[in-house]
Amino acid sequence: MVLIMAVVSFLLFALFETDKLDVAGKVLGPYSSVEQREIWLENNGYNEPFLKRYVLWVGNALRGDFGQSIELKVPVSQVLGDRLANTGMLALALFALMIPIALAMGIFAGMKEGSLRDRTISITAVATTSIPEFASATLLTAIFVFWLGWLPGTSSMSSGFEWQQLVLPVAVLLLYDVGYVARMTRASMAEVMTSQYVRTAILKGIPYRRVVLKHALRNALIAPFTVIMLQLNWLLSGVIVVEVFFAYKGFGSLLYDAALFGDIYLIEACTLVAVFVAVFSQFISDVGYTLLNPRIRF
Amino acid sequence: MADDAAGTSSTDGATPTPQRPSLPRRVFGTLALLRESPLGMVGAALVLFWVLMAVLAPVLPLYDPLEPLTPFQSMGATAPDGGTLWLGTDHRGRDILSRVIWSSQRVLVWATLATVVAYIFGMAMGCVAGYLGGWWDEVISFFANVLLSFPVMILFVIIVTVLGASGMNIVIAVTFASAPAIMRIVRGLILDLRTRDYVYAAQTRGESPWFIMLVELLPNARGPLIVDACLRLGYTVVAIATLGFLGLGLPPPEPDWGMMIKEAVPLGSFAGREMVIPALALSSLILGFNMLADGLREISLRD
Repeated sequence: MVLIMAVVSFLLFALFETDKLDVAGKVLGPYSSVEQREIWLENNGYNEPFLKRYVLWVGNALRGDFGQSIELKVPVSQVLGDRLANTGMLALALFALMIPIALAMGIFAGMKEGSLRDRTISITAVATTSIPEFASATLLTAIFVFWLGWLPGTSSMSSGFEWQQLVLPVAVLLLYDVGYVARMTRASMAEVMTSQYVRTAILKGIPYRRVVLKHALRNALIAPFTVIMLQLNWLLSGVIVVEVFFAYKGFGSLLYDAALFGDIYLIEACTLVAVFVAVFSQFISDVGYTLLNPRIRF
Repeated sequence: MADDAAGTSSTDGATPTPQRPSLPRRVFGTLALLRESPLGMVGAALVLFWVLMAVLAPVLPLYDPLEPLTPFQSMGATAPDGGTLWLGTDHRGRDILSRVIWSSQRVLVWATLATVVAYIFGMAMGCVAGYLGGWWDEVISFFANVLLSFPVMILFVIIVTVLGASGMNIVIAVTFASAPAIMRIVRGLILDLRTRDYVYAAQTRGESPWFIMLVELLPNARGPLIVDACLRLGYTVVAIATLGFLGLGLPPPEPDWGMMIKEAVPLGSFAGREMVIPALALSSLILGFNMLADGLREISLRD
């Protein structure tokens, strides 16, 4: 995990800061002269060897200092904190809804594999996951904003927090994510339901409800747990599209704006944070998996 | 493509094996199997529909997708020259039907190209990692893990903004994002296949590692790879359309679905049809790919 972060940070640094004059040009603007750029490079320690600069940069990044945003003229850490909080709120709302819905769908489908209910739920899951986020955002906007007029079409939260503005972004992410987790839960549940101990429990005459809730569920939920943690990685992708579409002031739109503007310090910081979240959630899911399933030891 | 290689390797045996049916016949045989999966049939029909549209786009009696006629015409309106605008026109008066169909061609061509390139790299890396093992495996797997730890869209946005938005750069971005995942699948399959007797036989014959990888191993790993390729084509179409929507995709003025939605969104409710139609088109194609992949997987698990 540490090794991956080290390599990722090195790749990012090499990608964006190898060409020193280009960095200075980005910071000072396209109309700065070469002399100005060289003075800036000298003053900001850019004439040190590449590896030394990299080590200093990593040291600063670890202390939360990512430099000054070129576009917004404020410290990167400050903007990043605000935007991450906004995206965190989105993610919280999403997970609060997605986990119960997806688990319920998966459990109901997996209880009787091949039944009509299973078929219906599985096809729904495939269908919702198939629709790309910006397409479902378009369709939902067309229905709820233009046609019915129930919800606002943008979610910039410019006049304070309004829950209505959160509905559509969460709905779009929910539609996309719920199907995958539901399918994983279904597969895991279907497998457990055919196992020996569930058959024994049913044959012992324990009520079906109790078999499902007490015996089957505990083991069936191990796989979905890992999948839900890995969903964070997908979420960080989806959040870019959804936030740009709804003009939500979150992490994804920040990264997008930074990328379009060429705000290299901001891109570096955002990417590092995103990769860290992705790698860390993977780590948590591995640890959690061994805790939940004692048969697995690394 | 992998099928004919399997045909040649099976004739190497000492006893004469019965002649395998010709390639087109085998392809049709596989497709006929799909009849057993209604889901797969629907998927295949959707994909086939869009492929046909893409191929026939130059032949169909369509208006020029770039030529402005009358703006904001509703569905079925009459064009200035007397023809019918089945889906109306967009904010600049361009025929929406024509734009949707031409988009399918553009998106499918680039998506196929990108997926094929990603597969070439992914399969090469997976074969080397899985068959040679040792340091090769360590190094390739580590770099695959590094690339896989990036959320996909972030990787796309970074690569495309650094290199600039163009078709070839999208191919590069897709390769970076997909090849590690393909490599993992291929590596897993090869690890399983490399202990088979026919591989030992080839090693004893003194075949080179490349021959064994390409002729003995890859054709026998084709089943899961075809399913994955189907899904991955879908992902790539989504990626291209999403980049188009973010303004980082294939350059204008030729239409693609993502770009059509991007142009329509700021216009709000005036352009409802203009954004819903490409969204539906894109969703139906992706749904087709996913259902086809599901159907193929179902069939391959059955026998």
